Amino acid sequence: MTLQDSAATITVNSITVEVIEKGRGRPLLFLHPGIGLDRSAPVIDKLAEHARVIAPSHPGFGNSEQPRAFTTIDDLAYFYLDLLDEIDLNDTVVVGVSLGAWIAAEIAIKSTARLSHLVLANAVGIKVGARDTRDIVDIFAITEPELNKLAYFDPTIVERDYKAMAEADVRIVARNREASARYGWSPYMHDPKLKGRLHRISIPTLCLWGSADRILTEDYGRAYCAAIPGARFETIARAGHYPHIEQPDAFARAVFAFTQGQAK
Amino acid sequence: MRVYHFSEHPYPNAWDDPHGYLRVNLPNRALDPKIAADLFHRYHDEYLLADELGLDLMLNEHHQTATCMNATSIVSLSIMARQSKRARILILGYPIGHRPDPIRAAEELATIDVISRGRLDMGFVKGVPYEFAPSNANPVGVMDRFWESHDFIIKAMTTHDGPFNWEGEHFHYRQVNLWPRPWQQPHPPVWSTTASKSNARVLGERGYVIAVLGSGYNTRMLYDSYREGYAATHNGALPGPDRFAYLALFATAHNEAEARRRGELVASYLRTGGNVYPPFKNPPGYLSVDDTARLMRGFTPERSFTKDRRVVDMRTASVQDLIDSVLMVCGTPDQCYTQITDFIEYTGGLGNLLIMAQAGFLDHADTVDSLTLMAKEILPRLKEYKQPVVASAAA
Repeated sequence: MTLQDSAATITVNSITVEVIEKGRGRPLLFLHPGIGLDRSAPVIDKLAEHARVIAPSHPGFGNSEQPRAFTTIDDLAYFYLDLLDEIDLNDTVVVGVSLGAWIAAEIAIKSTARLSHLVLANAVGIKVGARDTRDIVDIFAITEPELNKLAYFDPTIVERDYKAMAEADVRIVARNREASARYGWSPYMHDPKLKGRLHRISIPTLCLWGSADRILTEDYGRAYCAAIPGARFETIARAGHYPHIEQPDAFARAVFAFTQGQAK
Repeated sequence: MRVYHFSEHPYPNAWDDPHGYLRVNLPNRALDPKIAADLFHRYHDEYLLADELGLDLMLNEHHQTATCMNATSIVSLSIMARQSKRARILILGYPIGHRPDPIRAAEELATIDVISRGRLDMGFVKGVPYEFAPSNANPVGVMDRFWESHDFIIKAMTTHDGPFNWEGEHFHYRQVNLWPRPWQQPHPPVWSTTASKSNARVLGERGYVIAVLGSGYNTRMLYDSYREGYAATHNGALPGPDRFAYLALFATAHNEAEARRRGELVASYLRTGGNVYPPFKNPPGYLSVDDTARLMRGFTPERSFTKDRRVVDMRTASVQDLIDSVLMVCGTPDQCYTQITDFIEYTGGLGNLLIMAQAGFLDHADTVDSLTLMAKEILPRLKEYKQPVVASAAA
């Protein structure tokens, strides 16, 4: 893991975030989940084979600045709309995983002017079930090993010994967890308004689903997808809540098959 | 010198399994309401006895826990406000970092102050980490909410010429106009707890009472930070002992063996109180990122020190270690007096001793005897005792 490597940064509206930029072609904005952006993740290279990947750490995550006024996913969505303006990206594919997919959906209900396609993988962000039942496992009420068992097809790939890790890397883990709570503590990992606004998404949308996810149910994923006009639902086998980590090849293939009809 | 009697109003009957979790997720079928009623009546009787004996009263609140049944401290505060006759009534604390409704907190506290005819001490706290689950308050930003809530409550209590409006970062109110307004002017004394030097300094700058627990012979640095902050906003003047408070467990008896037996029973509070399912112990944002990263890397801060700088783990310590680190005052009245005054000499002045004189399975008879000895044999000597004087604010 090389979380603390120095990274390029971009400043939007006086907010500086770290960003990976890699590859050439159509812009692809990759929005990481609450566990943050692993700079050495193979999925970045896979996506960069066919696109100009722009992968920021969201404000408050990684080494990105936390603006005091940012408290909701809505704030992050407006930040990314500003970022698209700032670097003048057009015809952009937006790909998000989990909390990143929630941000992507919140972007797309506001404006798709600079977007071509939307890919939401194991998205959180809406409420579908009964009021006395969580749709989304409370990640703040279980231990990390318990969480990993629910999140991964193969939890052994994420076993970490914090005592053996560099302090800077552990700080980033703590920072990502804090930012996840800042934006997702209550209402827990969803925006009660979002479901009723998903109908506004007017660009081709792919809902990807790591089928071993036990943070969310597939019924939840299908309900999310059904609320977006014309959206397509595809599963990725041998992957859980983070299919971009467990199956980076299949993940990238699915993205490009949908956006370009190639590389499948 | 004031001595405040304190009990968490425990439900010790649910403590039988020391490996179980006593807070947040212990199913409440483990509580028999009939036993709970008897316990409440008994604890309230002990508070009223403390009032008669010349002690002051401290209450607190915790949520979803067998360690403390005062889930809403306003209830016990109300009973004490009406039924006690003379004691100061300290709430330590009101967890305003958890509460979404500072207007109600202000109304509740002002009403208690009026009913008690000006005997309320208002201790504000952000709230313990494991109660962000029950309250659903976001642990991220809790200190910002704490201070905005505090600022609002003080403004509400001190505004007497008609309604005002509040449009803050966290709280919004219209037509704020407290009825009743508080008895004490400009408002009941403010207390707060802290374990950090930076917070201690802030409390000093504001001149509030600083209450400390668990630090033993490591308390002086917090008090000195307080003194620095106080001097900075009071033209260099130093705070008197009445600005300082310290909480210790307490057990006394006519002979040492009996006192130690009671001490063991009281110590069960420390040995059980930390039984919390690990994910609730440090919710994200409650501690700074740096402190959380240090905990994740296995460094736990050393908290409780003895006079000879030994570090004591309060969850496993013997009664002797608890005495050595002033987590507990325990012994005959003479021994207790010496332990207390030795500690006060070390702190440089301490005007409010908060004693957990009932905890765990310590029964009514033992509690009554312990309180009576404190009031009749220790407190009079503490009132005669001449507090040390600190020469300068520099640590």
